[in-house]
Amino acid sequence: MNLAVFRSLEFRAGLVSVLIFVFVLAVWHALTLPTAVTSAPSTTVVSAEQAEYDKLMGKSATPVSGEAQKATGFPTLAQMGATMVKQLANPFYDNGPNDKGIAIQLGWSLLRVGLGFLIACIVAIPLGFLIGMSPLLRRAFDPFIQVLKPISPLAWMPLALYTIKDSSISGIFVIFICSVWPMLINTAFGVASVKREWLNVASTLEVTPLRKALKVILPAAAPTILTGMRISMGIAWLVIVAAEMLVGGTGIGYFVWNEWNNLSLTNVIFAILVIGVVGMLLDMMFARLQRWVTYVE
Amino acid sequence: MEGFLRVERLAKAFVAERPVFSDVSFSLDGGEFVCIIGHSGCGKTTILNVMAGLDTATSGHVFMDGREVIGPSLESGVVFQSHALMPWLSVRKNIAFAVESRWPDWKREQVDDAVKAVVELVGLTGAIDKLPSQLSGGMKQRVGIARAFAIQPKMLLLDEPFGALDALTRGTIQEELISIVRKTHQTVFMITHDVDEAILLADRILLMKNGGDTSDGYESGGIAEVVVNPLPKERNRSTLHHLAGYYELRNNIVDFLVSRAKH
Repeated sequence: MNLAVFRSLEFRAGLVSVLIFVFVLAVWHALTLPTAVTSAPSTTVVSAEQAEYDKLMGKSATPVSGEAQKATGFPTLAQMGATMVKQLANPFYDNGPNDKGIAIQLGWSLLRVGLGFLIACIVAIPLGFLIGMSPLLRRAFDPFIQVLKPISPLAWMPLALYTIKDSSISGIFVIFICSVWPMLINTAFGVASVKREWLNVASTLEVTPLRKALKVILPAAAPTILTGMRISMGIAWLVIVAAEMLVGGTGIGYFVWNEWNNLSLTNVIFAILVIGVVGMLLDMMFARLQRWVTYVE
Repeated sequence: MEGFLRVERLAKAFVAERPVFSDVSFSLDGGEFVCIIGHSGCGKTTILNVMAGLDTATSGHVFMDGREVIGPSLESGVVFQSHALMPWLSVRKNIAFAVESRWPDWKREQVDDAVKAVVELVGLTGAIDKLPSQLSGGMKQRVGIARAFAIQPKMLLLDEPFGALDALTRGTIQEELISIVRKTHQTVFMITHDVDEAILLADRILLMKNGGDTSDGYESGGIAEVVVNPLPKERNRSTLHHLAGYYELRNNIVDFLVSRAKH
């Protein structure tokens, strides 16, 4: 048995992570312990009409499992676990507009992010190339970029809804508009700072402009471009949740809002966790791509 | 071939009245190895870049093989001081990039054979699939030289290629360069700071002086002297300093650099 494994930094860090996680769960558990027998359900006999009325008012005398508790207090760990098991056991169900499985909602969000991001790539990378290569265009575009960049993507939403007249496409547009700036700026910067000597090599070899762009400038600027894409993807994933809350219909953001309206905190917490995990996976994907194009000088 | 490359009345001025150098004229015969020596800032690299078509002179012309050089071309192979290899490509692909640019319609095997041939020429066959970051400084510079040779240029331009190398490595690569140049009868123009390097390699050495203020006003830099190397052609590094005439030649150049090259 090799003891070095247990002394490695990774192992110790992992151990601390687990401890933190357990601690958080313990605090959660402690804070949601059922308070001392709350006024025991009134055993007074009520008429059928009264019971019906109470039920309508949300004061059901006989709470059905945890259903009623969700409205009264923060969910306990057990309720949380039950919800997660339920959601994960059947992620693809579809019971109409307001009741879809988590995977379907995620799929919608990822589709919107993917499309908006793809369009942003198609626009930002060639444009960034032009801006990076031409000092004239760089200066000409600069004021627009500086003004448009700090605008919250959600501020575009009303304009998008009015002009596009389609909530789903408006969501895609918002993702596009927030993804485009970091990519544009990073591409332009990466292209502009390609080493003079590599360009000199290309020109002494009489390389055609297209070949120079694809074989010299693109690989040289790729790490910077990928950094821009990674930042864009991070922002896009932040924005899609808010955008879907506004627009409604489908998506993980709508799911959060809908479950808030249902006062199902366990579902809200579950969705929050899912958003975090998916965001992390997206970031890891770009980190891997980044490592793939990075070169050591 | 006489006057294969002619440089005529070249001048470069960043400030109109104070040109860095002016009236620089010289020529290289085919197969000749010419070194240029001078202090930093005298404009050596500018002259080389104009010859390569990478820079433009304020006035004057460069003719290669009877045609004026107006832009960078495959006719001249340039070895840069900083080797300028693409760090994301292996040695093989770096050189293949040059070969494919020179002969775009070659098949893959043809390109690969040409690459292997030049890599063998500089003795790097074992490192052919390594990335530049995995090579030592001397090996990187060898790849730079191999890349310049790979396109079979009419003229080789070397911008202080061994400046960043340690003395031992430099010696080895100098000898490799001599043997390759002798084999291929390449015409070479090289910038150096190293007097012994110039004496070892060059058939002729151009001594450049810096521009500066004298009692008669500003005097621009330029080629002050041309020294023809009198030592026998078959010289090598280990016996160089035993050759008759070596010390006179060396003293002459060092004296120039110390006392006459700067105002």
